[in-house]
Amino acid sequence: MFLSSLADVSRLQFALTAMFHWIFVPLTLGLGFIIAFMETKYVRSGDEFWKKTAKFWMNVFAVNFAIGVATGIILEFEFGTNWSNYSWFVGDIFGAPLAIEGIFAFFMESTFFAIMFFGWNKVGKKAHLTATWLTAIGTNLSAVWILIANSWMQFPTGMEFNPDTARNEMVDFWAVVFSPVAINKFLHTVTNAYVLASIVVIGISSWYLLKKRATDFSLKSIKTASIFGFVSLIVLIWTGDGSAYQVAKHQPMKLAAMEGLYRGEHGTPLVAVGMLNPSKTIHDDKDPLLFEISIPQGLSILANRKPGSFVPGINDIIEGGYEYTDHNGNTVTAVSFEEAKERGRIAINALAGYHEAKKASDEEAAQNALTNIRKNFDYFGYGYLDKPEELVPNVPLVFYAFRIMVGLGMFFILLFILKLFYLRKGTLQEKKWLLYAGIISVPLVYICSQAGWIVAEVGRQPWTIQDLLPIKAAVSGNSVSDVTTTLVIFFVLFSILLAAELRIMFNIIKKGPETKQS
Amino acid sequence: MTTLYFLQHYWWALVSLLGAILVALMFVQGGQTLLFGIARNGNDRTLLVNAFGHKWELTFTTLVTFGGAAFAAFPLFYSTSFGSAYWLWISILLLFVIQAVSYEYRSKAGNLLGTRTYEVFLLLNGALGTILLGVAVGTFFTGGPFIMQKMNLTDLSQPVISYWDNGWKGLDAIAVPFNLLLGIGVFLAARTLGLLYTISQIDEPGLVERCRKHAKITGSIFVAGFVVILIWYFLLPGYEVNPETGALAVVGSKFFINMTELVWPLVMLLAGVALVLAGMIRLFTGREKYNFYITALGVVLAVWPLLICAAFNNTAYYVSTVNPEYSLTLYNSSSSEFTLKVMAYVSIAIPFVIAYISYVWRALVRKKISNSELNGEDSHKY
Ligand code: HDD
Ligand code: HEM
Ligand code: HEM
Repeated sequence: MFLSSLADVSRLQFALTAMFHWIFVPLTLGLGFIIAFMETKYVRSGDEFWKKTAKFWMNVFAVNFAIGVATGIILEFEFGTNWSNYSWFVGDIFGAPLAIEGIFAFFMESTFFAIMFFGWNKVGKKAHLTATWLTAIGTNLSAVWILIANSWMQFPTGMEFNPDTARNEMVDFWAVVFSPVAINKFLHTVTNAYVLASIVVIGISSWYLLKKRATDFSLKSIKTASIFGFVSLIVLIWTGDGSAYQVAKHQPMKLAAMEGLYRGEHGTPLVAVGMLNPSKTIHDDKDPLLFEISIPQGLSILANRKPGSFVPGINDIIEGGYEYTDHNGNTVTAVSFEEAKERGRIAINALAGYHEAKKASDEEAAQNALTNIRKNFDYFGYGYLDKPEELVPNVPLVFYAFRIMVGLGMFFILLFILKLFYLRKGTLQEKKWLLYAGIISVPLVYICSQAGWIVAEVGRQPWTIQDLLPIKAAVSGNSVSDVTTTLVIFFVLFSILLAAELRIMFNIIKKGPETKQS
Repeated sequence: MTTLYFLQHYWWALVSLLGAILVALMFVQGGQTLLFGIARNGNDRTLLVNAFGHKWELTFTTLVTFGGAAFAAFPLFYSTSFGSAYWLWISILLLFVIQAVSYEYRSKAGNLLGTRTYEVFLLLNGALGTILLGVAVGTFFTGGPFIMQKMNLTDLSQPVISYWDNGWKGLDAIAVPFNLLLGIGVFLAARTLGLLYTISQIDEPGLVERCRKHAKITGSIFVAGFVVILIWYFLLPGYEVNPETGALAVVGSKFFINMTELVWPLVMLLAGVALVLAGMIRLFTGREKYNFYITALGVVLAVWPLLICAAFNNTAYYVSTVNPEYSLTLYNSSSSEFTLKVMAYVSIAIPFVIAYISYVWRALVRKKISNSELNGEDSHKY
């Protein structure tokens, strides 16, 4: 069954390439600012130490940046190569942020990147510092636009369906840009990147301290990174809560999967730790959790900001019939999957009918079809689904990924606080366990960050565009073997490049900041 | 003239301009083809890699933005061409992926594959990347065997809007003579510009002398090849579209007609050709200052009208050879008026972007690249 369908291989390919890209991007996003802080200190104080420190981290930045760019280009064009239906159906809205990203962000980062690296003796100190800041800002601007695009897929807004062109068209640019999902997602994701970069700096510096090398460099790097990381982590956790709130409002199925919740209740608890029952399906009454430690009322508060409120589970969403508050603040009754599917099919068939009527110049039939499209368009995507199972994402993946992310987030608070505490006391070098913890945190923060994306992206399955376009209607007309081949090529190529990157990185680290880097 | 009509043309002109600039910026790719043969030793190669290493990102970003702008302005093209001519585009992408890491990793300790491999990556990108991009652009004039029917979206069992009608998935475009010639033309342009850039930017007499010799040869072949492409282009048939009904009809020498009817593209083309020729004459007469810029500007001015005339004057710019009804025109493939307008506001920023790029460019080319500079205290060496 696995990989038997075109949609499955295309998903796997997208997941693979996106996850590779995301190995490199967060470090770029965060390290850019850390370097900018350091260079600012250099320009302010004239102390060559800070220049050397900044330059060491710039080398790490450059090696990572190059492969981030290499993996990014594949992603951008994949929307066309592998999701061509999607590119037409929502390209009118989705394309704009991608183009804006190119015009505003990518040129900025790549242009000033050149000054940052090659400009040391070609422009003045101040101009160089400006270029470093602009590179950092440029990378973060690219995050803005791509995350706006991504948020729009999770919560489509500011658009209208045009039956003549058979696609969605933008009617309100600012609604797309300033959607609450987008704002929250941007803040959560970039602060994730800052935390990640801080931990990488801390990890590498901790290793030097253990090796009793570059002590001054390491202590000062850890200090800069811990402060930056700690502040970012506060925002990260705050917006993480915001993310869950947005998910509850716009993607109840994702929330149910995150919690392994099949039957909701008034005053639903939040599972803090738990283990799923692997044999649970939507057709039985088994308890979904083998064991759990829960916070009473937790989920109701998280989702609705109100204890005692109702949070629908997977089966509730399939069966419908519960009341909830929609985007406009009205209380409505949820429709069942079967009804949504029915109404989706009416919309899809009406779209076909509309075009036939237009061809035959039958205005009346066209108007009728149009009315049917408008009345049922909210359920358009459901028309492509057959069985209720298709509506349910991979629950274990989402459930455990969510717990990994949150759990590690709590652990990192402790890490930053302890680092800062012993730094102040001046005994950090002696706390070997804390130095080791710093090193182990590096792989952990990468896992954490990937886990977050798994929650977000696997949790929204089967939708590429929430409620409007399921993956099986988004995919290009390729053959399974074509996509399998590219999948393997990407995997092999990216793995080799990743291995090369890591080896170069380890070499730079081993050589250390004490020696001249080239 | 309605606003939508204007915006569709405005965006086609902009996307074409990006395409034309991209061709000129591929002097980086051209430079990468010098790594074997013209470079005699590791030192030469290091000089070349560093000279072009200051610029590769700019070319790369132009390619990415070209894609992004095409997506935003003509999503149906993005959807149809990338999704159907799958292998052609994937091959191009892979050739750019290997470029992106090569500059940074080539000379680094622990780079796993060895310096040589990264140099081969650069060569592959420089030679095949340019040719294949040219082939892909060639399909604007020669079309391709694709099916495109928006209403397939309502077919519940197989909702696929577009696909390629044979298993080659775009690779067959290489076998179309005009496309291949165009690809070789892009390659020659890139290499000529790469040679001119080396002459102006590198301070290493032996290497520069060889580049002078090669620039004369490659430049002459490029000019001759360009004339052939131009004549062929003028003879190609095209499809005229009725903007009201969308009906298509084949017209002989369509692109030539577009050029003569619109006049200004023809003027631009002639200006471009004149500049390229001026660059060549200067090369042969030994005047080298600004030569690279003159020729590059000439290439932009010559390529831009060719792309403009692919779609302006009611022309189908991506023709289906299976059934012309599936062809893409500015009218059936563009974004909505609203989106194009939003994007038009965004495009106001482009002059600022060009301004800071020029500033940075000038700051970086002020001094020629030499061994002593590379080994200096503060340099980041590739
Ligand atoms: C260091 C990494 C990290 C840490 C510690 C956290 N997150 Fe996170 N999280 C991410 C990294 C991340 C991410 C990778 O940045 C994601 C993926 C997509 C996104 O918007 O951000 C994400 C997504 C994400 C989502 C899904 C959003 C969506 O589907 O649109 C939720 C509900 C949360 N997070 C909630 C939290 C909570 C309650 C946290 C409390 C500690 C938390 N995250 C810590
Ligand atoms: C860089 C961080 C990201 C990671 C790690 C990531 C991860 C994933 C994963 C794991 C999947 C597969 C889900 C499944 O099929 O079960 C996926 C699918 C997808 N993602 Fe992302 N994603 C990221 C960012 C984005 C962004 C920013 C966008 C859009 C702008 C996006 C668009 C898509 C699309 C179109 C698919 C394929 C269709 C689908 O499965 O719904 N992703 N991604
Ligand atoms: C899945 C959707 C995505 C697409 C299509 C995409 C596209 C791209 C492309 C084409 C590049 C190369 C740009 C260049 O030429 O310089 C790139 C690099 C980059 N992207 Fe992405 N990207 C995606 C996801 C993300 C996400 C989720 C973020 C951040 C939150 C991000 C941030 C960046 C950054 C900072 C770079 C600079 C290079 C680097 O980090 O090493 N991208 N991306």
